Amino acid sequence: MSAIRVENLCCTYGANTPFEQHAVKNVSFEIERGDFIGLIGHTGSGKSTLVQMLNGLIKPTSGKIYVEDNDIWSEPKNIRNIRFKVGLVFQYPEYQLFEETVEKDIAFGPSNMGLSVEEIENKVKNAAKFVGLSDTLLKKSPFDLSGGEKRRCAIAGVIAMDPDILILDEPTAGLDPVGRDVLLSQIAQYQKAKNNTVILVSHSMEDVARVTDKVMVMNKGQLKMFDKTDKVFSRCDELNEIGLRVPQITKVTDALKNKGFDIPEGILTVDKAVHVISELLKKEGKL
Amino acid sequence: MRDIAFGQYYPTKSIIHSMDPRVKLILLVAFLVLTFCTLNYAALALVVACVASIVLLSKVPVKMYFKSLKMIVVIVLITSALNLFYGTGEPLWEWGFIKITLSGINNAVFVAARIISLILISSALTFTTSPTDLTDALERLMKPLTVFHVKVHEIAMMMTIALRFVPLLLEETDKIMAAQKARGADMESGNLVQRIKALVPVLIPLFVSAFRRAYELAVAMECRCYQGGQGRTRMKILTLHKSDYICTFIVILIIVGVVLCNVLLPHTLR
Repeated sequence: MSAIRVENLCCTYGANTPFEQHAVKNVSFEIERGDFIGLIGHTGSGKSTLVQMLNGLIKPTSGKIYVEDNDIWSEPKNIRNIRFKVGLVFQYPEYQLFEETVEKDIAFGPSNMGLSVEEIENKVKNAAKFVGLSDTLLKKSPFDLSGGEKRRCAIAGVIAMDPDILILDEPTAGLDPVGRDVLLSQIAQYQKAKNNTVILVSHSMEDVARVTDKVMVMNKGQLKMFDKTDKVFSRCDELNEIGLRVPQITKVTDALKNKGFDIPEGILTVDKAVHVISELLKKEGKL
Repeated sequence: MRDIAFGQYYPTKSIIHSMDPRVKLILLVAFLVLTFCTLNYAALALVVACVASIVLLSKVPVKMYFKSLKMIVVIVLITSALNLFYGTGEPLWEWGFIKITLSGINNAVFVAARIISLILISSALTFTTSPTDLTDALERLMKPLTVFHVKVHEIAMMMTIALRFVPLLLEETDKIMAAQKARGADMESGNLVQRIKALVPVLIPLFVSAFRRAYELAVAMECRCYQGGQGRTRMKILTLHKSDYICTFIVILIIVGVVLCNVLLPHTLR
């Protein structure tokens, strides 16, 4: 059973006006349970529209979305249940915080689900642990937190709903390098621990290369590629053509390979590159 | 929330678009006064015909004008209905305490026509003039008030900023609403109290971000050494063209026409 299946999805903004715009055109794909997917694309390629359609915030102009084989728009009244199943963390989610304390804010999602007080408390604790918010922070006002803490608080607010599928739109945008790394590994740990499906929308190829198993590439509203991460990043020229690039380290190793060194294609992380190159040097007796 | 047509700029090329905003503003005021000075059907017809031709000349789809009329349909209906029943003179039709007289019908028609022309003509101004042009024109027109120590430039700047922030805040509202909906907020159902309560998670972040934006804007303006209107030159200097004079002349002709109609023909309204 697939976690999400999408068939011929289209979304048109401002139909029949001079401002008509096809945000998403004829997109079809299938995501298995437990996949960690990266979604990359140029600004305005339709990524945000696509992810908002996946959790029922935007109704597609045509096409079907199946979550666990159920058509999500078969009963429009129950669309809220889909939003609990498919958790979406927006870009700059810290601007949605509103409660008096961090704890209450994280509890907003679960309490909308109509859970009991104990269950809510439990979920809030777990979610806070996943994103690394300490107990003392939980009692503070969300407006007194630092930028990175706010971000994690907002992400916890969605994780607390315990969604089967978690979608994060640019979760690391605007964070400092350490904050990025920490947040990214927390998300990766969350995905491993729960064996959930996670979709990571990002502009940072390095981030996507580091954590994802598969990558979707969007261009001008269409799905251009959907494959294993290393396979996608080995198609350097095609990515460049649509205004994307491969991670820097992949560029370096690909260049080495073209020079005739015996290095595999699609190396995505610096650690892996170091390993491969030192192996190679050892083999040639230079190390 | 995006469907608010009244006060939206619709960019195309037309005679009305290319007119000087100052002239448009003055002519608008003249016209508004004129619609209320019509005392018989001939004068009213003249004004209505003129409004219709302005609407057509603006090259803005008539659908847009209908959209802005949609908001005031209720007001028009209520005011005309009231006028209809409060006429004096011989009743034409009677049913219990309800009496309809000829003067009542006349009143109703005049009120409806006046309000509709009012809205159409003001929409024509906002559809054809960008908000910055409009505040520019206001600033220029209010300039004589500086004699009385009115901070004309500051007022105009505040208006420009306020207008600029309207679409931004709308966009922000949409975003925050979507984010809260993604966390299961229910904004479409429930009774009035529940619905108002459901707005709290939207309003608080909205206020926070409005204050943040205001603060950031103030800092950004200060960084560029903004210090009010004194000694400031303009990038776009408004100049009058031939078309502006022609339009003014036409409007003066219409004013004369309405006055003549009022003087020469018997009055319908008392």
